Amino acid sequence: MELLPHITVQHYLWLSAALFALGFFGVLMRRNAILMFMCIELMLNAVNVALVAFSKMHGDTSGQVFVFFIMVVAAAEVAVGLSLLMMLYRNLHTTDSDALNNLKG
Amino acid sequence: MSLHEIAFYFLSFLAIFSGLAMILSRNPVHSVLYLIVTFFAIAGHYFLLNAEFLGAVHIIVYAGAIMVLFLYVIMMLNLNKEQIEKTKNWIKFTAVLSSGVLMLVLVSLVSRSTIVPISQGEATDGTVQHLGKILYSDFLLPFELASVLFLAAMVGAVYLSKKETVKN
Amino acid sequence: MENLVTLVPLFPLVGFLYQVFFGKNTSKQLTTLIGSGAILASFIVSLVIFASQLHGHAVEVKAFSWINAGTLHIDVTFLVDSLSSAYLLFITGIGFLIHVYSSGYMHSDEGFNRFFAYLNLFVFFMLVLVLGNNLAVLFVGWEGVGLCSFMLIGFWYKDHANNNAAKKAFIVNRVGDLGLITAMILIFANTGTLNYTELFDGGQIAKLSPSLLTTIGIFLFIGAMGKSAQFPLHTWLPDAMAGPTPVSALIHAATMVTAGIYLVARNSDLFALSHTASEFITYIGIITALLGATIALTQNDIKKVLAYSTLSQLGFMFTALGMGAYSIAVFHVITHAFFKALLFLGSGSVIHGMGGEQDIRRMGGLKKFMPTTSLTFLIGTIAISGIFPFAGFFSKDQIIATAFEENMPVFVLLVIASAMTAFYMFRLYFLTFVGKFRGTHDQEHHLHESPISMTLPLWVLAVLSVVGGFIGFPHALGHAIHFPHFLDHFLSSSILVAEGNMDVTMEIIIALATMGIAVTMIFYARSIYVTKGTQALEDKDIKSPLHSLLYHKYRFDELYDLIFRKTFDLFGHVFSSVVEWKMIDGLVNGAGHVATWVGSASRQLHSGKIAVYLVTFIVGLLALISLIFNF
Repeated sequence: MELLPHITVQHYLWLSAALFALGFFGVLMRRNAILMFMCIELMLNAVNVALVAFSKMHGDTSGQVFVFFIMVVAAAEVAVGLSLLMMLYRNLHTTDSDALNNLKG
Repeated sequence: MSLHEIAFYFLSFLAIFSGLAMILSRNPVHSVLYLIVTFFAIAGHYFLLNAEFLGAVHIIVYAGAIMVLFLYVIMMLNLNKEQIEKTKNWIKFTAVLSSGVLMLVLVSLVSRSTIVPISQGEATDGTVQHLGKILYSDFLLPFELASVLFLAAMVGAVYLSKKETVKN
Repeated sequence: MENLVTLVPLFPLVGFLYQVFFGKNTSKQLTTLIGSGAILASFIVSLVIFASQLHGHAVEVKAFSWINAGTLHIDVTFLVDSLSSAYLLFITGIGFLIHVYSSGYMHSDEGFNRFFAYLNLFVFFMLVLVLGNNLAVLFVGWEGVGLCSFMLIGFWYKDHANNNAAKKAFIVNRVGDLGLITAMILIFANTGTLNYTELFDGGQIAKLSPSLLTTIGIFLFIGAMGKSAQFPLHTWLPDAMAGPTPVSALIHAATMVTAGIYLVARNSDLFALSHTASEFITYIGIITALLGATIALTQNDIKKVLAYSTLSQLGFMFTALGMGAYSIAVFHVITHAFFKALLFLGSGSVIHGMGGEQDIRRMGGLKKFMPTTSLTFLIGTIAISGIFPFAGFFSKDQIIATAFEENMPVFVLLVIASAMTAFYMFRLYFLTFVGKFRGTHDQEHHLHESPISMTLPLWVLAVLSVVGGFIGFPHALGHAIHFPHFLDHFLSSSILVAEGNMDVTMEIIIALATMGIAVTMIFYARSIYVTKGTQALEDKDIKSPLHSLLYHKYRFDELYDLIFRKTFDLFGHVFSSVVEWKMIDGLVNGAGHVATWVGSASRQLHSGKIAVYLVTFIVGLLALISLIFNF
């Protein structure tokens, strides 16, 4: 059955590109570490969309399995990342990424 | 225009706009909420692509677990107040420019390729049974390793967020 | 027989080495014995060699092979011919007399052994100079005598003025040496050899182009100018009087300054081929002759008068060389050695008696205190004025006669110079030995005749000054009265001899005329200084500008100071303050500044802000992608 006759892979890829660029824009723009993190999540999701679209294009389910594992990793990463942020906040009393400038020089 | 096209376009625009809103919002809690909307839109896309299991898992894991975690952290750090961020102008400018260029690059890369319709594949490809079968046969090793990964993440998260005890 | 020639320089060398190794604890008598004995031994061997050369021909005796590099082969070989054997005789002979004299003169000096060591070394180098059969060995001796001259002038090194005089001598000599080296290089580059026999007898020199020959000739002469103190490199000789008197006698009257004459005479074949170079020599020679004579008229230090007189006489010799009269110039070298050494040793005796005083304005009437010195000094003075039959008459007369034939203006100038010579020498004699004593009371008490070690050489030299002229009896006269014209004939085997085809009568007339002029000047001097009793002016009383100019030796030293020293100082100043400070330091400091600036500009990238890092990262990534995909 033709579910989406006029929607091609390109459309999904454009969507993926747009979301990716948006997430990237957000990472650059925001200084709050937590918000940067969220934008990274957005980027990961954009990639997921692309992968699923490809999986449908090839008719191969490996793409979806891949997305599955990406989600796994993203979850683990969020857990560890947020606890890092907590530690950072305890030391610096701010989540501003500009406060992390010990590498300056 | 079939229903599905309308659905596609609607979901896409929803995703993009709420993503934009998330980035530009001043209140971190608002940003989290917008991100949740984005995730729902993306889950909708998964359903449109016959990846039902993935869509369900997406909503449960992302919108249900991860975003909740974010909310917890934000509230714990009392970040719901409005914080005026003084990003330098040149960084804003460069950010817009570079992300715009990035998008252009990716879009044009895509445009050059041959147009392939997306309608191949069975409708049953994304069902739980099919996915489960493949997961436990072809991808068994990564599956087990994922559990090890979770273990490590759990240990890491617990350890890192422990408060330092004051020695007597 | 000729193989003995290696012994000649060897004896003084041994004397020197003995002093170097054992001189610390040697007594003065032993030093005298070894030092003088070495020279005496060389003299005896030289006599033997000379005798063998009377009828023999030139012999080369190889000592050892020195340089063997590619096409350059230089051996230390001694050339025994008439010219070198003649030089050997008077170098060792007069050298011996001066050694004996020094044992008395330097008796109370604590550097006695060092003095004899230097003297022996000097004689060694001088002998090497005249004995070498190629220009390289000559050059070794050339530099060696320059070195010994430096060491001996600055012998009393505790006084800085002496050191300055020594340095001046060495440096001015060096300027001349540059000319000699250039000539040697030119000769070698164009002929491939430095050996006299190959150059002259083998015809190598004759093959060169005239302009090249002139260039080589002039450069060789520049070397001679430095060593023999010709204008404009004459400024060192008067200052060299700062050394002990025996040094002045040996080095700056009899031997070292005649090395220049030797050089030109040895290369007579070359100079005969280049008219321009010879003319150049003549003009420099006559200028120097007049320069020395005019300055000597005004000087008041005994040794300085004699020094300028030496300058003048050397000018005579070079004038002769320039006119092609090589053997006559050598003749004058020999006679000049006799009476100039005599005069210097006599002045040393005077200084010794006066307890160190050298100013003739403080002397006078020394005749009755130092009769021997006075008499021998008078003999020397008569000889240098050119009065028959003393030695100077024959040699000077022949030079003047040659000038009459070749070059009229030079002839006139030479006659003027001779007249002045007679005048100033007798002025010196009268002011020193005749009249009333003008010194202090203490000096008067101190006055005494010198010991026999000093007066014996004076007598020997006096005798030589009287009879020495007869070896060079002029050609024309000799033919007429059947006297053997010895020296010309003897030297003709080794250097070019001018043909004297002068009319006999003309020659006699010239000789008598010049002598007459000299005698007139003598009486004129006598009338001024003895009869009228005029005294030499004190420094502050000199009013006439001409007198002042002459007294201050034409201000040559000041001129050279202005031209050379100030230029060098300016250069040094420019280089040190501008180039060194601003440019070189600026460059080095600037490099540092640039590095620091680049660093501080680059460190902007390390802002520590994540946003900046990400921007940089993505910009780079985009650039890469666009490059790869050819956007």
